[in-house]
Amino acid sequence: MLKDITIGQHYPTGSAIHKMDPRVKIIITFIYIVSLFVVNNFIGYIYVIAFLLSAILISKVPVTYILKGLKPLMILIGITFMINIFMTAGEVVFRIGPFTITEEGLYQAFFMALRLVFLVMGTSLLTLTTSPIALTDGIEHILNPFKRIGVPAHELAMMMTIALRFIPTLLEETDKIMKAQIARGADFESGNLISRAKGLVPLLVPLFISSFRRADELAMAMEARCYRGGENRTRMKELKTQGKDYFALSVGTLLIALLIVNRIWF
Amino acid sequence: MEKMIKVQGVTFLYESNDQGDVVEALKDININVEKGEFVTIIGHNGSGKSTLAKHINALLKPSEGDVWVKGMNTKEDEETWNIRQTAGMVFQNPDNQIVATIVEEDVAFGPENLGIPSAEIRVRVEESLKTVGMLGYRDKGPHLLSGGQKQRIAIAGVIAMKPDCIVLDEPTAMLDPSGRKDVIDTIKKLNREENITVVNITHFMEEAVTADRVIVMEDGDIVLEGTPREVFSQVAKLKSLGLDVPQVTDLAFELRKEGIELPEDILTVDEMVMQLCQLK
Amino acid sequence: MSIKIENVTYIYNPKSPFETKALDGINIEIADGEFIGLIGHTGSGKSTLIQHLNGLIKPTSGKITVGDLVITGEKVKLADLRKKVGLVFQYPEHQLFEETVYKDIAFGPKNLNLSESEIDERVRESMELVKLDFESLKERSPFELSGGQRRRVAIAGVLAMKPDILILDEPTAGLDPRGRDEILEQIKYLHDKYQNTVILVSHSMEDIAKLVDRIIVMHGGKIELQGFPREVFKQSKRLESIGLGIPQITHLMEKLKKVDGSIQEEVLTVEEAKVEILRWIRSNKDA
Repeated sequence: MLKDITIGQHYPTGSAIHKMDPRVKIIITFIYIVSLFVVNNFIGYIYVIAFLLSAILISKVPVTYILKGLKPLMILIGITFMINIFMTAGEVVFRIGPFTITEEGLYQAFFMALRLVFLVMGTSLLTLTTSPIALTDGIEHILNPFKRIGVPAHELAMMMTIALRFIPTLLEETDKIMKAQIARGADFESGNLISRAKGLVPLLVPLFISSFRRADELAMAMEARCYRGGENRTRMKELKTQGKDYFALSVGTLLIALLIVNRIWF
Repeated sequence: MEKMIKVQGVTFLYESNDQGDVVEALKDININVEKGEFVTIIGHNGSGKSTLAKHINALLKPSEGDVWVKGMNTKEDEETWNIRQTAGMVFQNPDNQIVATIVEEDVAFGPENLGIPSAEIRVRVEESLKTVGMLGYRDKGPHLLSGGQKQRIAIAGVIAMKPDCIVLDEPTAMLDPSGRKDVIDTIKKLNREENITVVNITHFMEEAVTADRVIVMEDGDIVLEGTPREVFSQVAKLKSLGLDVPQVTDLAFELRKEGIELPEDILTVDEMVMQLCQLK
Repeated sequence: MSIKIENVTYIYNPKSPFETKALDGINIEIADGEFIGLIGHTGSGKSTLIQHLNGLIKPTSGKITVGDLVITGEKVKLADLRKKVGLVFQYPEHQLFEETVYKDIAFGPKNLNLSESEIDERVRESMELVKLDFESLKERSPFELSGGQRRRVAIAGVLAMKPDILILDEPTAGLDPRGRDEILEQIKYLHDKYQNTVILVSHSMEDIAKLVDRIIVMHGGKIELQGFPREVFKQSKRLESIGLGIPQITHLMEKLKKVDGSIQEEVLTVEEAKVEILRWIRSNKDA
């Protein structure tokens, strides 16, 4: 189950999309998400599908790999579908017990589910084509103008970097502590929900303690390496916007423009 | 000539618990380290050696006395960043000092904090990784490396800041013998080829044998100080402190007790073989 | 309790690009009451091997018998196995979690569903074995103790399971010489007292030479060498080629042997070397 989640994973292929400026990719993804909520008819969806499919093709990430990422979200999509199908007022198509299904409900449910699917596919594509470091860098740069109104752009990016850095370390540690407790007769697998939750204490307490110790030591190591926040900090890898970035940005803008026009006129 | 590190009459007190009990971690310590020297500090956990190390990097400040790094007093707040750039520090746990998810990004972390221009950082990162022999791993994730390799990345991260001195706080305590050897060889190379002053804190006496000078700490105090030969010839004293001596030094000590005439300061296998053959 | 490992192979991530053979056709027999030193550099497969003995990992192929229990067979109750085989991991103090030393050590016995009085007895006994004072420490938080003490609490937690076989993965890693000597002394004391089977994983050839009956050397998932310390340390070239060494004192005697063939080079400790060198010098003087 855990390994099915493709959101947040990086799938390097070296494609043109991989080499794009992360800032541009984030902005285009944002435009794409907005456009998903602008669409309200079939023609609109055709534009969106065309955009998404060409992006996936250029990225060289296998379509099946992206679709696999939908699996763990099927429940969420299902729930959205159900809520919309039963909760939308309109012309009744048929009844099941206390529930009524309307034409508008069917229509709404179908498009909401579709929207969600496209949303997940589009955002997965962002993380699949962008290394975590580039992603945090991009976010930091995009948030930079908002520093004045108190958005801690650098700190947020730093937190993300450190979290990403420590995920493998903590997974390894979890495995080790789990084994050590199992060797002392701990049982993580049987019993009811409450006894299972209780059974996690011997795992979680050591994990928390070690995380605090790590945080403490890391903070000291960072200070020793002259870390004093984002002020006057330079970066080794500077973000560069190239021709293909402007091209992609225009395509993104074109998409949303088309959708708006489509919505107004049809 | 100006001393690289000068520790003068330093006492360090801290509260060990909520009841306000005060512990004296360092007791009126005096140490001078010359430029280019390789000094090893040995002692038990709790002997104060790590506390001392953190004073050199201005991570801790003395309760009494002064610490000067290349003429800068650690008490002066405006010198803190210059001191940390001059005296870089490597810590014990390799996992808890690597910040970035890619090796070269981590090495760049220090120079980035110093505000060095991007092009210059690239040059420094490449040079530093080459010096520690890890250039081939520049775009790997740190979690894929062994403990010894991670420590070498940490060392590269320090030398990318172009320090005059490196303080290592038990850098090999969590490594296996081959990782330990790689790290020690790297430090020696830095000292020899780049003329970087080294203060290595350890409890492995093997690392002390090849130092220019050894300082033995116990209970916040310096109890022995001198060249490795001078220090390790005090076998009885070191043993009473619960510290190790090289097995051949120990053997020479034992044989002397039996009336065999051997010098006190034998440190290596070859010296011992030579001395024993002369006896024959 | 004896251990028999027959033709055990273990593959990580089978049928994927990350497939690695961690163990490759391992055959080992360990007699009841033996003290085994298991050595090999990081990645040689020794950690994978010891996890097999406790049922934490199942071999891809092969058979493991502990006592008269075939642990690789079908329908094996792993709980029974864990009563027999105690495993002390590297840095075991990282697994401590209870508010008091007593409770933490009692965690294992509690999982065995023992009576309160039996648990109490076992906690007292295992604390005594690792030289921790029961009265003054039982109510203390394990997190307030020194590093060496914390490690001993963790080891006591495994001893309280009363295993017939005790496996320790680098129990002295990260400790200073004093802490190291204390732990090793306690392991030796325990072995002498109960004559249980002990497997000690260590990087320190000096420690291994001082303690164990037999050495097993692993390299690349295979057994490279096994035998009595004196035999194994004779192969210094072979050990060096796989990144391992021999005790400095053994190295010294080897060199002396080259100078004078009359010296007996099979020496493991400083004491033995002293006796041999005195004999050698005095015999030379007599001649």
